[in-house]
Amino acid sequence: MDLVQRWSPTMLRVARMYVPSQAVAEDVVQETWLGVLNGLDRFEERSSLRTWVFSILVNRARSRGQRESRTVPFAALGREEVDGEFAAVEPERFVREGDAVGEWAAPPVRWWEEPERALDSAEAVQRIESEIEKLPETQRAVITMRDVLGMSSEEVRSALDLSETNQRVLLHRARSKVRKALEDYYADE
Amino acid sequence: MSDLDDISCRELVELVSDYLEGTLTASDRARLESHVARCGNCAAYVRQMRETITLMGQVPTQTLSVETEARLRVAFREWNARD
Repeated sequence: MDLVQRWSPTMLRVARMYVPSQAVAEDVVQETWLGVLNGLDRFEERSSLRTWVFSILVNRARSRGQRESRTVPFAALGREEVDGEFAAVEPERFVREGDAVGEWAAPPVRWWEEPERALDSAEAVQRIESEIEKLPETQRAVITMRDVLGMSSEEVRSALDLSETNQRVLLHRARSKVRKALEDYYADE
Repeated sequence: MSDLDDISCRELVELVSDYLEGTLTASDRARLESHVARCGNCAAYVRQMRETITLMGQVPTQTLSVETEARLRVAFREWNARD
């Protein structure tokens, strides 16, 4: 039961990414633990227990989400989240030509230099949460598991069945978008 | 690009996440660090990214409802008690 208490908050958040309500997420976490108990005798220690539990969780949450029509089938997505052009920072913020090409034209906002801005981190965290919510599904899953929940890259790759490269690309893109949202938030203050 | 070549600020921002992950090659890492040491704007960018990641770790988590936890407690007890 210690594990239930320790892991369930993380599991709830992961499940919530795929299903439409907190109540359904709770249901998925419960089903997952019951599934884990049923399958525990068959658990082979090729992966860590935590990795195994989270793979079960993601599969259940995903199929439940499909049933509740929150998510499209997994095979159909992901590609456009990894492929295609991407710029971490809008190209117009860099010098376009001349000797200084590629240097900052509109430099990063140094929000930490203004003490009153540093104070209200609760609001900044809310801004971050709503930006994460807007990300495409796999980017959202990766950044939530890695940066919000502090899971390792190996755990995330195996729970979401991603290659190392794709995990890195998805994380880079998601982090870049959240960083931009935070910078916009501080710039607007 | 040889090891002596510098990277531009515009290229650097695409490497920061991998840099913080520790997955850059030794030569890319050295190029990035020497650029950041000379470029206050890119140093600020790296700091923005670090702060963003720190703040993401402060997003609150929820806990299971008392009812669900109680149901699981029963299930675990039964599992422990089987044969």
